[in-house]
Amino acid sequence: MNGAVFSPQGERAVADAVLRSDRFRLEREADWARIDAMVTAMEKGKLKTLSDDDVMALPVLYRNLLSSLSIARESSLDAGLIAYLESLTLRAYFIVYGTRTTFGGWCRSFFGGGLSRAVRATWGDILIALAAMVIGALLGFWLVDADQQWYFRLVPAQFSDVRVPGASREALLGTLFGKQEADGLSVFAAYLFNNNAQVAIMAFALGFAFGVPTLLLLVYNMVGLGAMLWVFASRGLTAEFIGWLSIHGTTELLAILLAGAAGLHIGRALAFPGRRSHLTALSGAGRTAAQVMAGVIVMLICAGLLEGFARQLVQSTALRYAIGYGVLAAWLTYFFAFRPRRS
Amino acid sequence: MVQGASIGRSRGSDAKLQRTLVTPEGVALDIAVAPASARIGALFIDLTALFGLFLGFVLTILLLAWAYSRAGLPSVSDGVMNFLFVLFIIGTFLARNAYFLFFELGQRAATWGKRSVGIRVASRDGGRLTAEAVIARNLLRDIEMFLPLMFMTSGGVQGTLSEFAAWSGIIWVGVFLVFPLLNKDRLRCGDLIAGTWVVAAPRAALGSVVAGGGGSMVQAAEGLAPDRYRFDDAELSVYGEYELQMLEQVLRTANAETMKTVAVTICTKIGWTAPVDDEQAFLQAYYTQLRARLERGMRFGRRRADKNA
Repeated sequence: MNGAVFSPQGERAVADAVLRSDRFRLEREADWARIDAMVTAMEKGKLKTLSDDDVMALPVLYRNLLSSLSIARESSLDAGLIAYLESLTLRAYFIVYGTRTTFGGWCRSFFGGGLSRAVRATWGDILIALAAMVIGALLGFWLVDADQQWYFRLVPAQFSDVRVPGASREALLGTLFGKQEADGLSVFAAYLFNNNAQVAIMAFALGFAFGVPTLLLLVYNMVGLGAMLWVFASRGLTAEFIGWLSIHGTTELLAILLAGAAGLHIGRALAFPGRRSHLTALSGAGRTAAQVMAGVIVMLICAGLLEGFARQLVQSTALRYAIGYGVLAAWLTYFFAFRPRRS
Repeated sequence: MVQGASIGRSRGSDAKLQRTLVTPEGVALDIAVAPASARIGALFIDLTALFGLFLGFVLTILLLAWAYSRAGLPSVSDGVMNFLFVLFIIGTFLARNAYFLFFELGQRAATWGKRSVGIRVASRDGGRLTAEAVIARNLLRDIEMFLPLMFMTSGGVQGTLSEFAAWSGIIWVGVFLVFPLLNKDRLRCGDLIAGTWVVAAPRAALGSVVAGGGGSMVQAAEGLAPDRYRFDDAELSVYGEYELQMLEQVLRTANAETMKTVAVTICTKIGWTAPVDDEQAFLQAYYTQLRARLERGMRFGRRRADKNA
């Protein structure tokens, strides 16, 4: 059948075989050896060494292999044969239904639309996360406005050096402009391993707990910001403060927002899987969320570069606004307006 | 019948890890979830490989820097050095992830470590393994293991690591490491999120035909009739499929001592006197005739699991 090559030797072996099941095996062995060689070559990534005939024959050989396995299971008691067919079928199955994309191909499709699609798919979660962050910032501002003692509880100690309620306008201005003692590298390194990258990753990882810790983390993180805003606003430095924050903060806060949304996406799938099983819902949401997170990592790297270098070099508030919101506009355009046709 | 169909399949491995995967063509394939020991082994091999690559890269850079300074070229300004160092930090992060992504997106869906212990990543629902799934499971690996360790190391170096943070970091990593042991499919959190699992990728070679016919019989005893061993129905009915497959293994291994023992056992059971120096031919004949009998029964839908059935 299907063009198996028979040598005279092979025919004699078939005639010699005592058992029907062995004759069955000897008749098909050449086909199995052929698909075995093809699968081995493909596993090693040597697809190009296969001839066109081989590639065309693969689906047919694969189907014949499946039927061979079914017949062997019902008619042969040769355990060695069945073990061989089982393993060969599994390997062929993984090749036939294997990954279709390469690493480079995935990168192209990811940055060329996959990321934007994933972000748009979580728009509901983005709104929830945004609400949590806005509420957090307002809460921080309002709490410190009501009682300044709140400030010291809300803002991490590292930020409350001179930036405390009652600080003079000049002291506050000094934190916004002028060279900081640290150079770009240590700022960047400290940034990478510190606060906000961790917040973003935690916000995502804690999504497992039905998203509740994610929301709390988003609120808590923004409360400190709101409190600091109050301090600067009380000395009439609102615009300067926002400019200082915006140059990298638009990217960074957007990254935290997206990470939180990705966490919420997973938490929501876990809490409300709908008609699907929990595991199915989780893996569906997980794939989307993971793509968003891959984008978040890229954004965090950008934010780190902006914070380490651009913030020191750019000392004018107007330019800081321009860069910060220009970058933000670019991100938003990329995520929401960039809709290439799916290939 | 259903029970009969599973006889002789998936021997010698943990029954708790056996799963059935139904292909789109409707054929049920046996698949074994990779045991935790294989996963840990693969992880260590991967970590070693990554560390080796990292070390090689750093040494190359140091060598280049040394050559640069030897060549007497003007020294590099601090700003440029900083920038290069930042690139280095980002580069190592991306390279670590790219290692896993590149190999798991390949045809074998396995990193070097997974290949060497014979396991691979597959989609849990039996469908195609997508790039998104591979991304998801590897991104979670960073959150599970690499990032907490990095935060702890950098905190320790900078002296800002509190005892509480250290302990919570250790517990965090510990929980994720133990997680695969707590579910039956040995899923890591990343697998859970991605809809993947890690399964054994067995590679079996096709052995020779064991059942001997006329010409291909053993040459040991010249001048004897090839059909010198004939067993009647009663003598063949003492064993079932399990014993047949054990006998197949004995014949494939072809160890003289074992064959002698087995021949004596069979002869005692069926009331023959054991053949001397002709055990292989005897066993081959018994195997062939027993298998012919059992396979005949199989065609009529009668199967016999073992001698007690």
